[in-house]
Amino acid sequence: MTTTSAPTTPAPEVTKATSPLTRFRVPGGFALGAVLLLGIAPLALTDFRLALLAKYLCWAMVAVGVSLAWGRGGLLVLGQGVFFGLGGYAMAMHLKLADAADTGIPGALPDFMQLYGTGEALPWWWKPFGNPAFALAATVLLPMAVAAVLGFFVFRRRVRGAYFAILSQALAAALAIWLVGQQATTGGTNGLTDFQGFFGYDLDDPANQRTVYFVIAVSLLLLMAAARQLFVSRYGELLIAVRDSEERVRFLGYDPANVKLVAYVVAAGMAGLAGALFVPAVGIISPALIGVVPSIGFVIGAAVGGRASLVGAVLGAIAVAWAQSTLSDAFPGAWTYLQGLLFVVAVGFLPGGLASLGAVIRRNRIRTRSGEAA
Amino acid sequence: MTVILNQSFTGISIGAVLLLIALGLTLTFGQMGVINMAHGEFIMAGAYTTYVLQKAISGAGVSLLVALPVAFLVAGAMGALLEWLLIRRLYTRPLDTLLVTWGVSLMLQQLARDIFGAPNVQTRAPDILTGNIAVAEGISLANSRLFILGLALLSVLALTLVLRFTPLGRRIRAVVQNRDLAEVSGIATGRVDRMTFFIGSGLAGVAGVAITLVGPIGPTTGTNYIVDAFLVVVVGGIGQLKGSVITAFVLGVLQSVLEYSTTVSVAKVIVLVAIVAFLQWRPQGLYTLRTRSLA
Repeated sequence: MTTTSAPTTPAPEVTKATSPLTRFRVPGGFALGAVLLLGIAPLALTDFRLALLAKYLCWAMVAVGVSLAWGRGGLLVLGQGVFFGLGGYAMAMHLKLADAADTGIPGALPDFMQLYGTGEALPWWWKPFGNPAFALAATVLLPMAVAAVLGFFVFRRRVRGAYFAILSQALAAALAIWLVGQQATTGGTNGLTDFQGFFGYDLDDPANQRTVYFVIAVSLLLLMAAARQLFVSRYGELLIAVRDSEERVRFLGYDPANVKLVAYVVAAGMAGLAGALFVPAVGIISPALIGVVPSIGFVIGAAVGGRASLVGAVLGAIAVAWAQSTLSDAFPGAWTYLQGLLFVVAVGFLPGGLASLGAVIRRNRIRTRSGEAA
Repeated sequence: MTVILNQSFTGISIGAVLLLIALGLTLTFGQMGVINMAHGEFIMAGAYTTYVLQKAISGAGVSLLVALPVAFLVAGAMGALLEWLLIRRLYTRPLDTLLVTWGVSLMLQQLARDIFGAPNVQTRAPDILTGNIAVAEGISLANSRLFILGLALLSVLALTLVLRFTPLGRRIRAVVQNRDLAEVSGIATGRVDRMTFFIGSGLAGVAGVAITLVGPIGPTTGTNYIVDAFLVVVVGGIGQLKGSVITAFVLGVLQSVLEYSTTVSVAKVIVLVAIVAFLQWRPQGLYTLRTRSLA
């Protein structure tokens, strides 16, 4: 009888963090990451390697957004290069204008514009980027605005799944083609490069390059912390619900379009920030860095590491980027095969990525053990 | 007037290439819901088949005719193999298929690079296809473009006939419309899937033969066309042959007219914006298969 009657006392709260190990897992991991990135890496690595790491960390920042939009929201964002590029170009345009202003000639044009010779005044849409505050705000807000407009129209009409993926990919293709076509005002295939200063600091100075690295590392940690807060919030729960059963969420009275829109816009902002920091760290932004192929590249890292796991996505992005630059120098052909194979294996047979490897092995072990028992 | 007519014809021939490429996708993406990014590499395989056959058979006209069925078989076999190895394990995860097949496409591109070298290769067009036909004062149609247009229309006709009137076509349509019901009715859906994939990929091979007439052949040949081809299928409506036909020609003409009045890159961007706007109006594409499912 007692088993069927309703309990008179409310069920006890599910105790989540019982052992100290689980309670301190997240802040502990965060602290470990901070020590590694801010303490050990700058001490242990040469300037050259630290600059490489800075580049990988920029890509990892994009992966944080991919993990949010794709891992948690199920939105396969194949056009993150667009937002990375918008952020990068916004920053690069400002740096170019600042360099031109530093020459002391009034009304000087950025060097590449003199080279490709429209020879005329600065195009109107370049002008606002001379203002540092506007340019800095634009690196994040411009991608977010573009994502908001596109996402609003696309999600409202319930364009989703493969349609959304292909549309976002087409966007990346279109932007890259447009940039190449407008050589006189965007630098074309060469992109924008050869920056001298960064808000008054000389970019050739190794000490300043280290500072850029620290800015990037801190930004990545902040983005991860922000994403983690989003993941565990009520919104994060809703996002997963939309991913798994959009119709059910709609029947419960939520609007899935808005839920997806937030994830898409936040991911775009993260990619924009990454692009903006990529420019001073690497010294170039070009269509080849933001087109269809690099856009899929942003997804690869997250897929290999584990799309739904924040740490997995970030580590995956760093590892793939590292493997790419080390192996592609040594064995250019073999790397492409390996990259393809990695993708097939990771996505096809380990959809949770390397982050789920432990869980998969554990599950198999339990299965074999229970199999023996039976 | 002549300018408009010339641009329209250029547009129609761009549309014909798009149509040939999108036709296979209509089957694999449209009918089966599989997003095969390696489709572009099947096009490339068809193009390289033409190149190899031209080396083996000296006559350009004969080798082109031989290449059509051979490319169909080569690309079709590659597609069937891919379906058997990977895709059939991923039918429940369409978005993951996209990423997995992209990995495959990377490997196939590298394979082409290792076999044929990174630079583009050229094929000779047969003499009969190099000339122009003057239709009226100032208007001339390139023979190669006419050939592609004819090939595209012929492929559409053949595919329609197969889908409408053959037992295989009937089974394909049954699986598309209701997979579970088809299966309990005794159709071996797995085998039908593989045949569908074989035909769809084979058509990509035929498209590959056609594009050797209009452009160079290289390891990245397929990637140049694949995004546009997917857009054709999305706008035309998933699994709708007539939707793809109309969309391919409309996009082709739109592209060429816009290219004439602006630049190539601006035209691309305008076409994309137009597609997003169109999907606002008809999110399921031009033609839709009416079902009661929510998704």
